[in-house]
Amino acid sequence: MAHGHSATHPAGGGMPVQRRRALQVLAGLVLAALAAFVWSLTAGALPVGPGDLLGALQGGDGSMEADIIRSLRLPRAVAAFACGGLLALAGALMQVLLRNPLADPYVLGISGGAAVGALGAIVAGATSGWIDGGAFIGALGATLLVFGLARGDGSWTQTRLLLTGVIVAAGCGAAVALMLSLAPEGRVKGMLFWLMGDASGATRPWPALGLLVVGLASVLPFARELNLLARGEITARALGVRVTRLRGLVYGLGSLLTAVAVTTVGSVGFVGLIVPHLVRLAIGNDQRLLLPAATLAGGVLLCAADTAARTVVAPIQLPVGVLTALIGVPVFLFLLARHPR
Amino acid sequence: MKMDVRPPVLAAEQLTVHVGRRDVLRELNITVQPGDTLVILGRNGAGKTTLLHTLAGLRDAARGVVLLSGQPYAAWPRGHEACLRGLLAQSQPDFFSATVLETALVGRHPYLGRWDWESPEDEAIALAALASMGLEGFAERQVPTLSGGERQRLAIAALLAQRPRLYLLDEPLAHLDLHHQVAVLDHFGALAAEGAGVVMVLHDINLAARYASHVLLLDGAGGHVFGAAHDVLTTERLSSAFGHPLRAVADGAQTLFIPA
Repeated sequence: MAHGHSATHPAGGGMPVQRRRALQVLAGLVLAALAAFVWSLTAGALPVGPGDLLGALQGGDGSMEADIIRSLRLPRAVAAFACGGLLALAGALMQVLLRNPLADPYVLGISGGAAVGALGAIVAGATSGWIDGGAFIGALGATLLVFGLARGDGSWTQTRLLLTGVIVAAGCGAAVALMLSLAPEGRVKGMLFWLMGDASGATRPWPALGLLVVGLASVLPFARELNLLARGEITARALGVRVTRLRGLVYGLGSLLTAVAVTTVGSVGFVGLIVPHLVRLAIGNDQRLLLPAATLAGGVLLCAADTAARTVVAPIQLPVGVLTALIGVPVFLFLLARHPR
Repeated sequence: MKMDVRPPVLAAEQLTVHVGRRDVLRELNITVQPGDTLVILGRNGAGKTTLLHTLAGLRDAARGVVLLSGQPYAAWPRGHEACLRGLLAQSQPDFFSATVLETALVGRHPYLGRWDWESPEDEAIALAALASMGLEGFAERQVPTLSGGERQRLAIAALLAQRPRLYLLDEPLAHLDLHHQVAVLDHFGALAAEGAGVVMVLHDINLAARYASHVLLLDGAGGHVFGAAHDVLTTERLSSAFGHPLRAVADGAQTLFIPA
């Protein structure tokens, strides 16, 4: 870079360059999130002008528009945003924990466990509440199983954790295939939608949003330590990081975030893998900036993708997971080609 | 030079280090005073890196104790030990990209509070460390675009930015050309002259002879010899430790060891 030198000397006083840039990036993403929400709340079979949106949200007039926005579109938009954020944050955490750019929230078998739980509930003819419960129990069960097996000898190396996760996920995949082939015809479509990720049934989005805020707030104090962990365990420990405690926090939190996300919208793919990389390619790998930026970007992506999923070929609704992949893959390849590293 | 009444920067008392069930080193007693340069020599698998990590407090000793500036690691407030001793580990692969400046700033971590960002002073320290390793003008480069030798000098710069009192160096000359090998050793020699303690694992016996004040020679079977460099560096001891006969050749005031 020809102008590299000037960037190394922040123009005297005030905030360092990197920190000012961090705030600019985050401000931009907040605006993008607002835009995604406005689009999601106004678009659909019953279009609402942006001007009428505020009135409808306050809900005084009791019109049909207000009812649709408040009871259908708002929960769905919040669920999509929150789960996109949860998955992107969990993906960024897993990539640091495993020091592996290919890691995503599902790499340790969480989505597999959730799928077994949810599909088991669907096969058994359960209602939506029980499907969510089954998914959550399955996700936590897979987490505990992988953790228990991986640290059988008291230590846990990244490779061992990764291999155990992959094997547990493969086992869950087989169980899912078995249930799909044995399930009664009428239930297979619902099972497939769950597997691809679908926000249409998300009527209780607030726990996911709450966890997103709490999760991000509890990991940000450790962001600089995570920078060191990404550089390797020895480096981190030599600089005073309590690696075992930090890994436990990251593993537990990452698993919980993922479990709640898949419980709410199913196992939406690509958000958790691609969003952290997109953000990393754009702004670098400083976790202090990357974690909040990836959280916001994941929320924006899933919120926008879900709106597109229910409007582009309306009245048919697409599974949102298909759209995140269709949007995410070309964007990712474009960014990767633009930044030869 | 003022008199130094501080405790040794590093001491090991009756230290036994094991790998798996095997003792690689038994009952080691060493002290490193400010100004000392201790070079650890030994063949592959003799436990040099394991010992260095034990001295860095990253690994529990089987028996015995390691004292950093007079206190066991556990007695220092958590995180403060990183202000006192720094470790240059053998290079590990990078999986994520970062700039050269970001990498050098890593050394400032122990001095920053939980919510602090690196200050302009931290940045100045990191840039000075980069310059001392011949990396001025590299600050905005991406680390994966550097050569092996440049990465090694960057790792040393990050350690220098940490400004500890005790430097523990695991093969600091790896990937370096001759010019930079000497420059790096001269730099640590100057730091020792200013009162730092330096402990390093080297493979070059002649560079060890030139820069070490003390030498620890490991035989890989639990035994060791520790002492002033000129006492330890003899053809018999080196030949037996490395399992290959060596010959001493006088070159003015210096003795060179060459494989026979």
